[in-house]
Amino acid sequence: MTGGEGRGLRLSVLAAVALGFVAPILAGLAETARVALGFDAGLSSDAVPLAALAALPGVGKSIALTLWTGVASTLLAFFLAFELMMWIGGARRATSWLAPLLAAPHAALAIGFAFLIAPSGWIARALSPWATGWSLPPDIATVHDPLGIALILGLTVKELPFLALVMLASIGSLPVARLVATGRALGHGRRAAWYWLVLPALYPALRLPVYAVLSFSLSVVDMAIILGPSNPPTLAVAMTRWFQSADLQLFAPAAFAALLLGLLVALTIFGWHLGERLVAAHARRRLARGWRALRAPWLGALAPSAAGGLVAAGLMALLSLIVWSFAWRWSFPHALPERWSLALWGDTRSGWVHVLAETALIGAGATLLSLILAILWLEGETRGRFGRARWATALIYLPLLMPQLAFLFGLNVVFLKAGIGGDRTAVLWAHAIFTFPYVMLTLTEAWHRLDPRLFHSAASLGAGPWRRFLTVRLPCLLGPILTAAAIGFAVSVAQYLPTLFIGSGRVTTLTTEAVTLSSGGDRRVAGMYASLQALMPLAAYGLALVLPVLLWKNRQGLLGRG
Amino acid sequence: MLSLKHVCICPVGSAEPLFPPLSFEVGAGEVVTIMGPSGIGKSTLLDFIGGHLGRNFIGLGTVSLDGLDVTHRPAEARGIGVLFQDALLFPHLSVGQNLAFGLGPAPRDRAARRQAIEEALETAGLAGFADRDPATLSGGQRARVALMRALLARPKALLLDEPFSRLDETLRAEIRSFVFDHIRRQGVPTLLATHEAADAEAAGGPVYRLAARPQGTE
Amino acid sequence: MRLTLTATLLALIGAPLWADSWDDTLAAAKGQTVYWNAWGGDSRTNDFIAWVDREVSEKYGVHVEQVKLSDTAEAVTRVLAEKSAGQTEGGSVDLIWINGANFLSMKEQGLLHGPFLENLPNAAFLDLNPGSAAVTDFTVPTEGYESPWRLAKFVYSYDSARVDEPPRSAAALLDWAKTNPGRFTHPAVQNFMGATFLKQALIELTPDASVLQSEASDDSFSTATEPLWTWYDALRPNLWRGGETFPENESVLNQMLNDGEVDLTMAFDPAAAAAAVEKGLLPDTVRTYGPAAGSIGNISFVAIPFNAAHREGAEVVANFLLDPATQARAQDIGILGSYTVLDMTKLDETQRAAFADLPVSPALPMEADLGPTLVEPHPSWMVRIAEEWARRYTK
Repeated sequence: MTGGEGRGLRLSVLAAVALGFVAPILAGLAETARVALGFDAGLSSDAVPLAALAALPGVGKSIALTLWTGVASTLLAFFLAFELMMWIGGARRATSWLAPLLAAPHAALAIGFAFLIAPSGWIARALSPWATGWSLPPDIATVHDPLGIALILGLTVKELPFLALVMLASIGSLPVARLVATGRALGHGRRAAWYWLVLPALYPALRLPVYAVLSFSLSVVDMAIILGPSNPPTLAVAMTRWFQSADLQLFAPAAFAALLLGLLVALTIFGWHLGERLVAAHARRRLARGWRALRAPWLGALAPSAAGGLVAAGLMALLSLIVWSFAWRWSFPHALPERWSLALWGDTRSGWVHVLAETALIGAGATLLSLILAILWLEGETRGRFGRARWATALIYLPLLMPQLAFLFGLNVVFLKAGIGGDRTAVLWAHAIFTFPYVMLTLTEAWHRLDPRLFHSAASLGAGPWRRFLTVRLPCLLGPILTAAAIGFAVSVAQYLPTLFIGSGRVTTLTTEAVTLSSGGDRRVAGMYASLQALMPLAAYGLALVLPVLLWKNRQGLLGRG
Repeated sequence: MLSLKHVCICPVGSAEPLFPPLSFEVGAGEVVTIMGPSGIGKSTLLDFIGGHLGRNFIGLGTVSLDGLDVTHRPAEARGIGVLFQDALLFPHLSVGQNLAFGLGPAPRDRAARRQAIEEALETAGLAGFADRDPATLSGGQRARVALMRALLARPKALLLDEPFSRLDETLRAEIRSFVFDHIRRQGVPTLLATHEAADAEAAGGPVYRLAARPQGTE
Repeated sequence: MRLTLTATLLALIGAPLWADSWDDTLAAAKGQTVYWNAWGGDSRTNDFIAWVDREVSEKYGVHVEQVKLSDTAEAVTRVLAEKSAGQTEGGSVDLIWINGANFLSMKEQGLLHGPFLENLPNAAFLDLNPGSAAVTDFTVPTEGYESPWRLAKFVYSYDSARVDEPPRSAAALLDWAKTNPGRFTHPAVQNFMGATFLKQALIELTPDASVLQSEASDDSFSTATEPLWTWYDALRPNLWRGGETFPENESVLNQMLNDGEVDLTMAFDPAAAAAAVEKGLLPDTVRTYGPAAGSIGNISFVAIPFNAAHREGAEVVANFLLDPATQARAQDIGILGSYTVLDMTKLDETQRAAFADLPVSPALPMEADLGPTLVEPHPSWMVRIAEEWARRYTK
């Protein structure tokens, strides 16, 4: 056989990904390390960075908070996503409720969620004073609470839909009904069958997404600013503050903390991996002894309602943003605004139209770039007729597993040295680094789900590789490609740190605007930007759903496949 | 004429071939049957002959068409058609467009293409189906369109990979005779892989049985 | 001091001397886009900057783009990162809304362009005498490296529908907080406003406020701040959330007053509350006052980084901000509500009339409610207070 088929294609795509996406990350990391270890003359600091970092107040607690919120939210999101799957039995249609939450960027969701649960927030307003007796909001820490519960819940609301969708995608290729039936026939309960038979089969496909969620939760900045403890904050927030502080002595310790965060993420992922093995070994031993446990009825009642409750809270949070953007005065304890106004939306001079256009442009560009690379990468693999090597997988998902802060600061310096920072193109590129893995993740699954014999048929009818690609592969994958594009677009819209750092603050997107405004005192403007931020990806998902239906309305075979 | 010489296939990393080396010839209009239980490697053999073999297998021996060695040609340059059990019509194309795909770019003239397609549909008893969505066809109709599509490409040989196994009993005999009639009429050398004795019987040609492991006395 | 002196002399001699060079500046500025890095948390300021853009675009062909910061230090970091990357020209920051510690830090690191104040024709409307508020930033002489644009003064605001008699001194605030636990807080001390709150208390509580005018030493700091920490230790348990967590900045504190979570807010702008009422952000029962013994006042400046790509455009914008008509518009509570930095005696009749005609509001304090203006301590005090506070109360 001709083993070198598509080798040129593979090599060029690999080079593009390595040079365009991976090299900047490594260069940024190296630059951060250089500053952190005190090799930068411009940022000279007398103190040893490690000692300087250790001497900063609250560092120990910041680290503890980071680990606690990151691990707890990932565990909770994973557990509840699985419970949700079990509850709806893998029914695809039920997940349309999750789409808005999946689409909504972290910052928007956090802003809405903070308002929902604040002591003077929507829930309190809806119940006051008739049920609570409060004429003034109570002095309870429901947001920015010192234990980070609000942050954990906020992260869970955001990550639960993502994990649920990943589970759903993998469940499709498993004989779930048969597995569960087998389990029950052997005397296990339905829940036990899901946990002991479905979960182990499902988990390998979930591993990387779970690690990505873990890495993200440990290093999240925007959500932690809006929901997390502030005195001290999590390590990522503290570090961002030091980077941006006027006190230049904090620079090297901040860079050091960025590396430390990278290390924390690596160790936590390693710890999680050990945990997986321990749990698996334990469960196997217990099962071998004929264990039938896990019937806990309280779990059956509690878990699905907790998952459902969180999803509902997330939807309410998004709704509250829209309500705020139409409010003029809305004070405690009114359940709805006392005076409504269209002033904000009507004032196009204030710049929201411009910011919207900028966000759309960057999102579309980054998505297109990643889509082209992802499709060519997959086509290269198909032509070579082999699966993906582990190193290639690692290369693709590197940006998802690496905490953004650890390399963004350094990358900023690298870009500046090369004279390419601070404009739309640089931001678009930086976004593509993060959209590519998501596009790849989504598309790979759909790509391999297509029956290869379809292409054998095409080849046997005389169609060469490019004709097969253009006339069979691409049209058949239109739906999945559009879905991947919508996900890529949503990821781009949500990017906060890359826009902030690589854009040198000159490039303003809905996300940077919403986060900045969330620290201001006007919920109405913040609500407007955050709802725009949430609606944009939603519109992209809508388009991705509707377009194939319109184009293929006469092609049942493509629509049924989803 | 399709001929195989010393063809055998090994999984990568194993020195054990799936079946003992095969050598035979298939003449014009002849249907040779490969029999064997599922999982023995019938489909893999057809993949090798058609040029679709995956990276996880190594194929040895030569495949030639009318005396020309095509073993190292890419699938699209061999002129070997394939029919699968699910018919595998392209879901994004109409029935007519599916047939046009098989027609290739050869007749440039629109009217000529159209006529070729209409004729093929008529032959398959599906006149007027050109604009239909393939997903709305019955299993038998799909199988007939798939055969027409393969024949429109004027293949030098045809591979049938369990093409009747998804059809129900009554339909199977009808489609089987439809397929074999057309193959014989067009004089295409054909290789049929099946696990149904009835298929082999209807094919009427020589039958080769694949057995697991080349050990023993065979 | 020599530079300020030069500027004063120039101001006395009059326009002709710089006319040529200013024309050159105007010519070079035409067509430039000035990236003005300014805190973006206040939509009135954002709107005002958008208005400045429209005006200078029309008048001078200079386009202004606001880079909205959540903290001014972001811009400092950016310039610093550029310097460390060896980018000495074509920098991304053209103009920064700045004062205090950020200014001192940039000036000491050689990150600023200047002196340029003397080049601006409208500097003639300022009181340029050494030591005057317009050329002194937190006791540090500006030496022409920044140009003033708005006046700030520390004030409290409260909702008169909920509070009858608000506390007018640090001591009274402690008593009030003890009787109304959980109804008061201040912005986080890392934030400018939070640090200013502590500085205001320090000036009121310290035995000898004059030591605050020179750089803090370990000794002077511990003596001067001892009463502050005693007072704060007593106050903290009575703060909102028991003083465990704090709002990020004064805008969030305003929102908390509006939500009814606290009863007092503070601002560095006497017209802030009135403007917030106008915008629907605070109830119209809000009233503003200054501490009885006087409150800290300072001026906000704009500065130009050493590597600014559009230096001339930035100077044109700085000059436009000093225009009496611009200043009068800024003082309008419907617009910005910022008191002018100009020396009113240097303005002519018509220029003064624009100020006299500005609208009034019940949330706008009367002159009598404000009390005298106290000078800012040396910036080292603010840095040390923030550090000491973090050391004591962050665990």
